[in-house]
Amino acid sequence: MHEGRKIPQTQSRYPGYDVLSKSSGPSWNEQTRRVVMRRLSTRREPRFFTAEEFETVTAIAARIVPQPASRPPIPIAALVDRKLHEGVSDGYRVAAMPREREAWRLGLRALEAEAKAAHAGRFHELSEVLQDSLLQRMESGELNSPEWGNMRPEDFFRRRMARDIVLAYYAHPTAWSEIGWGGPASPRGYVRLDFDERDPWEAAEAKGGDDASVRRVNRHVR
Amino acid sequence: MREYRKDEPVDFAIVGTGAGGGTLACKLAEYGFSVVAFDAGPYFRPLEDFASDESEQTKLYWTDDRIVDGANPVQMGSNNSGKAVGGSTVHFAMVSLRFRPEWFKSRTLLGYGADWPLDWREMWNYYTEVEQALKIAGPVNYPWGPRRPRYPYRAHPLNAAARALARGCEALGIKWTETPLATLSAPRGLAHPCVYRGFCVAGCSTNAKQSALVTWIPRAIAAGAEIRDLAMVGKVEVDQAGLATGVRYHREGAWQFQRARNVVVAGYAIETPRLLLNSATAKFPDGLANSSGLLGKNLMVQANQAAWGVMEQEVRSYKGPPSLAITEHWNYDDKGKDFFGGYSYMSQGPLPQLWANTQLSAHGLWGSRLMAEMANYNHVVGLKIVGEMLPQEANCVTLADEVDQYGLRIPRITYAWCDNDKRLIDHSLKFMTRALQAVDARDLWTQEDDTCHLNGTARMGFDPATSVVDADCRSWDIPNLWICDGSVFPTVGGANPSLTIQAIACRTADRIKALAKRGEVEARAYA
Repeated sequence: MHEGRKIPQTQSRYPGYDVLSKSSGPSWNEQTRRVVMRRLSTRREPRFFTAEEFETVTAIAARIVPQPASRPPIPIAALVDRKLHEGVSDGYRVAAMPREREAWRLGLRALEAEAKAAHAGRFHELSEVLQDSLLQRMESGELNSPEWGNMRPEDFFRRRMARDIVLAYYAHPTAWSEIGWGGPASPRGYVRLDFDERDPWEAAEAKGGDDASVRRVNRHVR
Repeated sequence: MREYRKDEPVDFAIVGTGAGGGTLACKLAEYGFSVVAFDAGPYFRPLEDFASDESEQTKLYWTDDRIVDGANPVQMGSNNSGKAVGGSTVHFAMVSLRFRPEWFKSRTLLGYGADWPLDWREMWNYYTEVEQALKIAGPVNYPWGPRRPRYPYRAHPLNAAARALARGCEALGIKWTETPLATLSAPRGLAHPCVYRGFCVAGCSTNAKQSALVTWIPRAIAAGAEIRDLAMVGKVEVDQAGLATGVRYHREGAWQFQRARNVVVAGYAIETPRLLLNSATAKFPDGLANSSGLLGKNLMVQANQAAWGVMEQEVRSYKGPPSLAITEHWNYDDKGKDFFGGYSYMSQGPLPQLWANTQLSAHGLWGSRLMAEMANYNHVVGLKIVGEMLPQEANCVTLADEVDQYGLRIPRITYAWCDNDKRLIDHSLKFMTRALQAVDARDLWTQEDDTCHLNGTARMGFDPATSVVDADCRSWDIPNLWICDGSVFPTVGGANPSLTIQAIACRTADRIKALAKRGEVEARAYA
């Protein structure tokens, strides 16, 4: 244990690391390239959500997984839309909850009803503070518009809405680079497994004051 | 692959090809029985079909509609259910543990649960058979329980997450060891050793993982069994005499029927009772093999709680199999416990989607707090239990009124923890928190609502009134109907069940062979 060493808390903890720089190397097989490239080319226009619902989902996603303005955003709403369009399912639901697509439709309708009742506006038009407040009240089950039907707001929050958003975000290579994950690893895998050990094809972490040298190292990650 | 005619009875139609059905299909075929094994999922070829991607690989999970309820609804899907040839062994974490011998007589020896009609010494030999078949990589000396033979392959090296577990155990004065794992630590045939890519629970794309898909299934086919994939069995048919005549299954857009002299249901602890309940007839109005009324009851998951923290050092737990080190201390030492049963705990290596969803659903983080916590990903260290939950009849699988894409009634899975379960969880979380404190992890928190594995619902026992099948996995009610998977467990112990399921399947095959020779099982092979 090195008591003095501080872990930096900034977005640039892995400066210059881009997991996609490995995509033509031995850590990515053809199947993985195909899957990830298809995800990166997800169309931005919704096929499941209506245009209005899509605005709401985009606004919710910006609060659940806020993104830095310094890079192109991960198109979370579009990724969630694709999942619902393709009918991907968790495989289970609590008794009071409908299946994925119906739950989303119901939940968005209820959230808009809540926004209208409390703030006389649509959710995506509200300030971030008001949006967060509505989401917090959804999370703690305090919302009670009749639009919710049998579905509990807290179930929709944790089991459906925020879950799908978080899973969409961390399915994207930009998010993988951000947290310094090695990413796809077949067939090469890894060799150095112990504490503070890094394979040359993994992200190097900045420890404070060494950004330039770390950036140089990360440029060579392939 | 040999193929069988539908209109001529095979000796065994097996429903499910996972740890239970896949193993049994192999052994029965090798003993000369004619076997068709059905799976609702596809026959994947990992080298061609598997990507290094969490989302894509959800295709391995059973994601047909299911309803969960009760005080502690069970998480299904990725957590515990597979829909592929090989079943959930295609995405299991490969942890291959023997039961503590006393667990087979936990009612008599330990005062809780129910006794198994099996003898641990007999099971010890079947465990050895499975460990050899899967070339389990394990330690030279196992620290707990009676002597066992050397593991066939050497243990895997520890990653940082596993070293943290080891240090914590040593600081607290308990033993630990390298986890016996069903992934290769040396070449085997055409398969390379594990490359430590860390995607084990999303499916192994290099075939190092010794799942049923790459071990028992190829052996089964070589011995003449047919694997019929993408075939959803919806009903076991019975005749006027009350004997099973075969299975009705949906394949290539149509319902079809396979005649069989014996039917084995091996769909794991949800689909097995669901199929038998959905197979009810006028003669068996409560479902097949249910004269005891216990079919679907005594569902047991295992507690899967965790303690998490952040290390100063880089851990990068995504490298290597997720659980390279284990302690079974609290499975074998009963001193100072205020609960029945036991638990093991293991090091962890969650991939980003799983980890982010854990932070959301179990830690309650979203927004900037989630992003800040996710930035610590490479420093996270965690310990997670596999803990024994007690059998309770109220924890059960029943049929909901809604139907799935095949028109079959979907299962409703009802679960509540009992006080003993809660005390075990509490004990484990306190202990693992101390273990993390001992290695100077900071920002500790506990994940309190996770469970894993599925057992019970068709328990084996000593008599027809209190169990669904006998020690040979044969139903008490219908002599040519068998159940061979985790459903037959009377108790679950604090160890991952896959090795025990496979050992039971090996034993069942031996018993069927012996019974057939005596004319007590109808089969052309021994006619």
